[in-house]
Amino acid sequence: MHLSHLSLTDYRSYHRAELDLAPGPNVLVGSNGVGKTNVVEAIGYLATQESHRVSHDAPLVRFGATQAIIRGRVHRGDRAVAVEIEINPGRSNRAAINRGAPQRAREALGLLRSVLFAPEDLSLVNGDPTVRRRFLDDLVVQLRPALGDARSDYDRVLRQRNALLKNAKASRTWSEEHDHTLAVWDEHLSRAGARVLNGRLHVLQMLAVPLTESYAALAQGRKAAGFTYESTVPLAGGQHGTVPGEQELYEALLTELESHRKRERDRGVTLVGPHRDDLALTLGPAPAKGFASHGETWSMALGLKLASYRVLIADDPDPDARPVLILDDVFAELDEGRRARLAALTADAGQLIVTAAVAGDIPGELAGPRIGVSLGEDGSMLDAEGTP
Amino acid sequence: MVGNVYEGAVQDLIDELGRLPGIGPKSAQRIAFHILEADPEDMLRLADAIRTVKDKVKLCTICFNVSEQETCSICRDERRDPSQVCVVEESKDVMAIERTRTFRGRYHVLGGAINPIAGIGPDQLHIRELLTRLQDAAIEEVILATDPNLEGEATATYLSRMLGATGLKVTRLASGLPVGGDLEYADEVTLGRAFEGRRSVTG
Repeated sequence: MHLSHLSLTDYRSYHRAELDLAPGPNVLVGSNGVGKTNVVEAIGYLATQESHRVSHDAPLVRFGATQAIIRGRVHRGDRAVAVEIEINPGRSNRAAINRGAPQRAREALGLLRSVLFAPEDLSLVNGDPTVRRRFLDDLVVQLRPALGDARSDYDRVLRQRNALLKNAKASRTWSEEHDHTLAVWDEHLSRAGARVLNGRLHVLQMLAVPLTESYAALAQGRKAAGFTYESTVPLAGGQHGTVPGEQELYEALLTELESHRKRERDRGVTLVGPHRDDLALTLGPAPAKGFASHGETWSMALGLKLASYRVLIADDPDPDARPVLILDDVFAELDEGRRARLAALTADAGQLIVTAAVAGDIPGELAGPRIGVSLGEDGSMLDAEGTP
Repeated sequence: MVGNVYEGAVQDLIDELGRLPGIGPKSAQRIAFHILEADPEDMLRLADAIRTVKDKVKLCTICFNVSEQETCSICRDERRDPSQVCVVEESKDVMAIERTRTFRGRYHVLGGAINPIAGIGPDQLHIRELLTRLQDAAIEEVILATDPNLEGEATATYLSRMLGATGLKVTRLASGLPVGGDLEYADEVTLGRAFEGRRSVTG
């Protein structure tokens, strides 16, 4: 699929912006601070209704405006759909499809699919486990939308269970009543946790080979990229065997909660479950976190994102369904060899949108239009010649 | 924002109305001015109705539904089926089920659901009274009709664990698709539940 036109109203720094895009590679060039990242963020938002930079919507609306609007024309094969998202901070967002009546924003999810890589994604390698869990869970939901509620269900049960443990700890007594109530939350936590864990393990199984391949193709180093899923629940069958079913994981979680009962009572917090797991990335024999060089960190983060792109393609092999691939501000950080290899790796994308401050950072192998971006004084986007 | 801009009685009324569920500061102000401008007789009738409710209405000593007497009209009704007890969270759930006119048994109102974040455990609900009540040999089935949300489900799980040993038949309301709706408009969770709870139609 590809996006042929993007239109922004009161989004971030832009009062108005109109942008035509082509299938295949597109390069947005402009100096720092003109809003190239805002453009790719808006495209990502059109696809996922989340920003990769901020966790709430208020900063997405231009200062002084009450709502921002992102419009895009999405092509899938020979069909085109006009998608419009209204961002209303503090109220619910709305979406209009093909200029129809506004409806719930979630109705527009999935019309545009994208994989976005931005410098923030380096935290996949050197950041907290939260970042890697979120990466996995987001990919799970893209592949199996029915699991969209699994993580939020789990988090809600977890909050209730933690509240119970904390209240019990504060009351300094542990009654039979506490035991009975805790057993209920154990059951619900294990049920929800098994769904989350099962989804993650399936995704990890799909991700392993593409990660190693993407990293090897990018870095051409001697070290192989891989990962181990560090689970608080012992997983039978090891890392690369068949994925345990939900019932099996449910029982494993229950057993593990049981054996941590005393420590959980002492600490007043839930110690077992997917919310404490981590995806440990490895380079050769060493962990990537703390051991990877700057270049290796970039290649690893990029490799993970490219691997998730491959997983999505493998899941729906229809060429028209390929997500739009977005690389924000990447090439400046890579050496000549990696730049050329990244261009080769992404050559088959249905649409590739790249940003760079300096056109010279983009390797010649990457064909396609160079679109100059700058910001007019009135907040409109100007093209290379400086006319709106 | 509506600040404390009005004097004395008017502001007191706005403040009191604003404490009601579902009423924000703007609505409170609108209702307060409606009360000011409305016919005094109508408004005094409203005030009387509130006073009467607080004076007269109490909880049924058997099922904890709202009642003007010691026991509620459903518990007193001899025609109700004594073998079934339907457990709900609130009195308003009794009203909702009564409107269906399909259930002829009696009720038990818990007064909420297990919710540790809000500090509500089984001790704060009328669960002990339910267990005492179930010792009556006439009761054969307990229907768990707590809300199909996280806290309601947890309460249902808790009750099913407590009732497991009693030998009573324990059932839970089904969840699934709304009648008269379109499949395509159902959300993923509801549709998923409906799949899990599907039943055979060929006997």
